[in-house]
Amino acid sequence: MKKITVALAGNPNSGKTSIFNMLTGARQHVGNYPGVTVEKKEGLCKYAGFEITFVDLPGTYSLTAYSIEELIARNFIIEEQPDVVVDIVDASNLERNLYLATQLIEMNVPLVLAFNMSDIAQRKGLLFDIEQLSRLLEAAIVPTVGNKGKGKLELLNAIVEAAQRDKQKRTHKVNYGSEIEEELARIEALVTEKEPKMAAKYGSRWLAIKLLEQDTDITAKVHNKEVLAPAAASIGHLKTIFAEEPEIIMADRRYGFISGACQETVKTTVESRHSKSDMIDSVVTNRVLGLPIFLLLMYLVFFLTFKMGEYPMGWLEQFFGWAAKTIAAFWPPGSESLFESLLVDGIIGGVGGVLVFLPNILLLFLAIAILEDSGYMARAAFIMDRIMHRIGLHGKSFIPMLIGFGCSVPAIMGARILENKRNRFTTIMVIPLMSCGAKLTIYALIIPAFFKEQWRGPVLWLIYLIGIAIAIICIKVLRLTVLKGETTPFVMELPPYRMPTLKSVCIHMWQRGWMYLRKAGTIILAISIILWAAMSWPKPGGHSLEGLSSDEVHKTKLEHSLVGRVGRAIEPALTPLGFDWKIGTALIGATAAKEVFVSQLGIVYAVGSSDEGSQTLRQKLQANYTPLTGFCVMLFCLIYAPCVATVVMTKRETNSWRWAMFQFFGLTALAYVLTFFVYQIGSLITG
Amino acid sequence: MEHKQPRPLSTVRAGEKVKLVSVNAGHGLNSRLASMGLLPNVEITVVNNTHPGPFVISVKDSKMMLGRGMAQKIMVV
Repeated sequence: MKKITVALAGNPNSGKTSIFNMLTGARQHVGNYPGVTVEKKEGLCKYAGFEITFVDLPGTYSLTAYSIEELIARNFIIEEQPDVVVDIVDASNLERNLYLATQLIEMNVPLVLAFNMSDIAQRKGLLFDIEQLSRLLEAAIVPTVGNKGKGKLELLNAIVEAAQRDKQKRTHKVNYGSEIEEELARIEALVTEKEPKMAAKYGSRWLAIKLLEQDTDITAKVHNKEVLAPAAASIGHLKTIFAEEPEIIMADRRYGFISGACQETVKTTVESRHSKSDMIDSVVTNRVLGLPIFLLLMYLVFFLTFKMGEYPMGWLEQFFGWAAKTIAAFWPPGSESLFESLLVDGIIGGVGGVLVFLPNILLLFLAIAILEDSGYMARAAFIMDRIMHRIGLHGKSFIPMLIGFGCSVPAIMGARILENKRNRFTTIMVIPLMSCGAKLTIYALIIPAFFKEQWRGPVLWLIYLIGIAIAIICIKVLRLTVLKGETTPFVMELPPYRMPTLKSVCIHMWQRGWMYLRKAGTIILAISIILWAAMSWPKPGGHSLEGLSSDEVHKTKLEHSLVGRVGRAIEPALTPLGFDWKIGTALIGATAAKEVFVSQLGIVYAVGSSDEGSQTLRQKLQANYTPLTGFCVMLFCLIYAPCVATVVMTKRETNSWRWAMFQFFGLTALAYVLTFFVYQIGSLITG
Repeated sequence: MEHKQPRPLSTVRAGEKVKLVSVNAGHGLNSRLASMGLLPNVEITVVNNTHPGPFVISVKDSKMMLGRGMAQKIMVV
């Protein structure tokens, strides 16, 4: 089997991901480009005697050196030399999408164009003379409908054919006009003479073009004064002629080339003046209706996840309860088996607590996927931008924060959509303040224990709102101090509304849900075992366990264990907050995963294995603490150190332990100070 | 012959069609806008201009949102 590599390029919103999924099915692998936080997606496909490795390059509008995504896409093509590059083009938006194609043509790669969303183009009344256009662009063109799987075989055929063809010399070039072409020829000759190795690798015309564009990456790579000085002179010369940077003129000429090609080959049969999208937008982004519609949709999203999630959550709880009992049944009752304890208390208790929340999280991600795929998310970012801008963030920031209500881990990863580093870091720092699903378990335990029926809903809302309010304050402070700087100019494409397909929505939902599951399967499993060990050792000596009930036995063991001792040791620091050593041990455990808080508290109160629905635990809490303490516990848990999985993800996305630790300790310090004040003032009031 | 004075895009009302003259911005932004189709002489239709808040325009069949600061830097006739 012959092995080939095919790179997939294209604009954001061109449907590249659905083409990638269409070609590779489930055989995908996600990683990172070395040294950066840009995702690298690879997938496999076997066809016609070829084993094809597809690499999904980051979506870009062009291949300049201005953003890391573009550099990665560009460098991949130059360094890895894929056998074919497929440019996925939104056929209903042809001219803008072909800009990238012109750049790929200039890199002289074997090119195949996928005219994606060809169904929408057809509906718009667009007719393409594919043969002519293909000849003009010197690349095979295949109409596709990625999210319906249409065009797969034709595309694969075109790819295989392009891979087998010899590299041709291109005849149709973008002509930049006599003045620029003159300078290009001059620089091209210089490059071939003075930097032959680079000329051979990159192509001398391409290098000349990049130098004239003042491409920072290439200029740094060439660093030969004998080339750069004449290049600078050319640039100066052209600037005087055009009263504009050569780069802009060249962009203009590229669009001219595209326009010319399209004029000959693209016909519109129907004049659509008010597309459906515009009509929907006039309501959705309406000055008066926009915000209420947005709030209504957000309410529906949360309603869906919390209410509908209750049923599968209940089933999972029952399942884990049953699993625990069944496994425990292998050992005689009252046995002291370490292995049994490891399985039941450590693994099932720890991991089960996380998995129980999976339905909730999947539903939230499902709702978000629907909003994204339909195109509404972009409008929501627009509506939120007004508010976000006032606190110093970008409208797009609201999207990762929304995900944060499900789980911080995919939310932090989702912050990648923010191009500006300062915006991104600020958003990442405050995402843990969006109460995630795990923190909900804590609230679900405490609220019914201390508050009467009619207060429970409002108190829950209050906690969520406090989280958001504190986040806003933190953002303001961060933006005024550590992450100072201008907010980026807001430029965001508004894709037309589309009917989301079940397939694409499920794929998106699963991609994020998978991260949550993986966190459970790996980090939490590992930490659960470590915690279990820290809870089981050191063991209480000799006869101290005689005569105690099994629950009390558990309790005593915990007191003697490492976790218990640490809890007692930090108790003096916790009393001003209204906490005791028992809550202390639960807080320590919860750094692994917030859900652990509940099970820890259950153990320390000797109610055996318990969950947030446990009545006995609630009764014990009610007997031992005041509602003020209950509230303070929730406040503290809301703010303090994020779980290990979140810390790891923060480190990954900021590429620095310093920021991750800043988040960890900063939030904990904030939690301590705030809870201190609330408790002290609260005690004064309640007397 | 009437020669119109370039004005900022932010002053254009919704529904109006204008032509881009120049962009008063740094290199990076200029290039980014250019690659998205915002070049001299391109036709821009203003779709939405509510204040305060982003700006929605239509260029070459695709709709884009711009921040207010951006719209002030783009000169059109």
